[in-house]
Amino acid sequence: MSAIDIRGVSKRFGTTPVLHELDLTVAAGEFLVLVGPSGCGKSTLLRMIAGLEEVSAGEIRIGGRRVNELPPKARDIAMVFQSYALYPHMSVADNMAYSLRLRRTLPAEIARAVGAAAGKLGLEALLTRKPKALSGGQRQRVAMGRAIVRKPGAFLFDEPLSNLDARLREHMRAEIKKLHRELGATSIYVTHDQIEAMTLADRIVALNGGRVQQVGSPLDLYDRPANLFVAGFIGSPAMNMFQAHLERDGGTPMLTHAAFRIPLPRDLALPDGAALTVGIRPEHIVLGAGPIRGTVDLIEPTGLGTIVHLTLGGTAIKAFSLERHPLSIGGDVQLDLPLARLHLFDDAGVRVGD
Amino acid sequence: MRRRPLYWAVHYCLLSLYVLFALFPLYWLLKVALTPNELLYSEGIRLWPSRASLEHFRFVLTHSDFPLFFRNSLIVSTSTAVLATLVSSACGYGLSRFTFRGKSALVALMLITQMFPLVMLVAPMFRLLTPLGLTNSLTGLVIVYTAFNAPFATFLMQSFFDAIPRELEEAAMIDGATRFGAFRRIILPLTLPGIAATSGFVFTAAWSELLFALMLNSSARASTFPVGLLSFVSKFSVDFGQMMAAGVLALIPACLFFLLIQRYLVRGLTAGAVKG
Repeated sequence: MSAIDIRGVSKRFGTTPVLHELDLTVAAGEFLVLVGPSGCGKSTLLRMIAGLEEVSAGEIRIGGRRVNELPPKARDIAMVFQSYALYPHMSVADNMAYSLRLRRTLPAEIARAVGAAAGKLGLEALLTRKPKALSGGQRQRVAMGRAIVRKPGAFLFDEPLSNLDARLREHMRAEIKKLHRELGATSIYVTHDQIEAMTLADRIVALNGGRVQQVGSPLDLYDRPANLFVAGFIGSPAMNMFQAHLERDGGTPMLTHAAFRIPLPRDLALPDGAALTVGIRPEHIVLGAGPIRGTVDLIEPTGLGTIVHLTLGGTAIKAFSLERHPLSIGGDVQLDLPLARLHLFDDAGVRVGD
Repeated sequence: MRRRPLYWAVHYCLLSLYVLFALFPLYWLLKVALTPNELLYSEGIRLWPSRASLEHFRFVLTHSDFPLFFRNSLIVSTSTAVLATLVSSACGYGLSRFTFRGKSALVALMLITQMFPLVMLVAPMFRLLTPLGLTNSLTGLVIVYTAFNAPFATFLMQSFFDAIPRELEEAAMIDGATRFGAFRRIILPLTLPGIAATSGFVFTAAWSELLFALMLNSSARASTFPVGLLSFVSKFSVDFGQMMAAGVLALIPACLFFLLIQRYLVRGLTAGAVKG
């Protein structure tokens, strides 16, 4: 188990900067998830840690040792690829044994290690098969098996579940979490799926445009997003955003939008007329009662609850409710946006007000 | 997908017609080779002579230089196939896996070499090889053939390497292999069909090449069999029987070669067609 230290790491492809002076520490045994939209640099960062991409500037340390110049094989890491990258001409057992063979492990020890990993992942019956005779989920397991068989200092996952269907993905997600609890190995997991990030991570690193947007526990990011990007990226359905501004009403700052005026705490240090973006999560909108009137555009029952699409003073929003409200499309509904649930962002997109 | 029997009947009928069309010249070659000289002109275009004999084969094998030509061709074609495949595998891998300065210029240059009519190159090539003592030599031919076939073979190999996902090598390198180790143990076994197809292509190209073999080598000692075939054509007559017998013999190594690489070739030509 190794800690991983990333100090001022940058990456350029030619003259195109991809990552900008990243600092990040992964504690030994921690499960860290890198999340962000495609092109944010998360896979590049992972590949740099693995040694598959060169580091343009800065330093990467694994287990206290600088690895910038080390080839992948000397870094004591294992990686699970999105495409699984199983060796097509080798059986499942050989795929898993390959890394141990390259390390000249004794055959008896290899057999024991492969057997143990296969047992853990339920692959015993498939050991003699070739990858092409396996289903997607089984291939995914073999890729995991290949990674855990040699007990590396750290695991790197590059969107390992993206090629599975939804049901299998949910299942494997739980398996990965269980496996991590068992092995307790340092893991870095790259995904663009914020649900995977929320469910798996000890800590999430939200990346956008090659810069860290926020680092924190999943609920930290959900409850107190540091900026507009994180607020919009984490959560599904996504957070609702209103463009509003501040008007002072006899000393009380009023959050003003075409559909509402909400009094804010007096100590808010913002100038009169300041433009603000107000965010509220769909499940925090109180439907059925309140001072604000909205128009129902669409109703989507999910079984668990209902997603209601509304228009509020020209802004389209979504509300999620566990209750089944008697609403009709085109009709009006009264609602409330509780102050405690509002997120305020200034015109630079940075969280303000708390 | 299930189809009607009628569909398959028509399907196989058309295929048979094509096979008949493609194989008929080969059949005619064999027929003429087996027809004794006195029947060759008297019986006209009968499908099979009234009497078949092996006398042309006997003559070609015992009274002509053909065995020598044959040996020369075998040496030249096999060496060319091995050499060109090695060179093009290395180049193809480099083009497929790395980006480097001047890559597109290099590719363009290789493409341009394929656009020259060979006739234009005969004289300069001769001038280049003479001072090196490489005319009238099999080594000279091997070098020239390798040079001419390598660019196309490189493109061929590159496409085969391109079809193998990069992640396989990366996985091997993380598992503990060096880049060369990953190439040898993971990529090479998966490229066998491509290597077979490429070497087959180069072998046949070298086997049937006439222009350079004729222009660069004038002595019988260093002639290949396509040049040898010409010796059956004299000013006043063409000895069709012997020529065809030599032609039949010349087919044997090419057939054997393809028989050998066939199981890789079928996979190679359909690579990428089937998922997984």
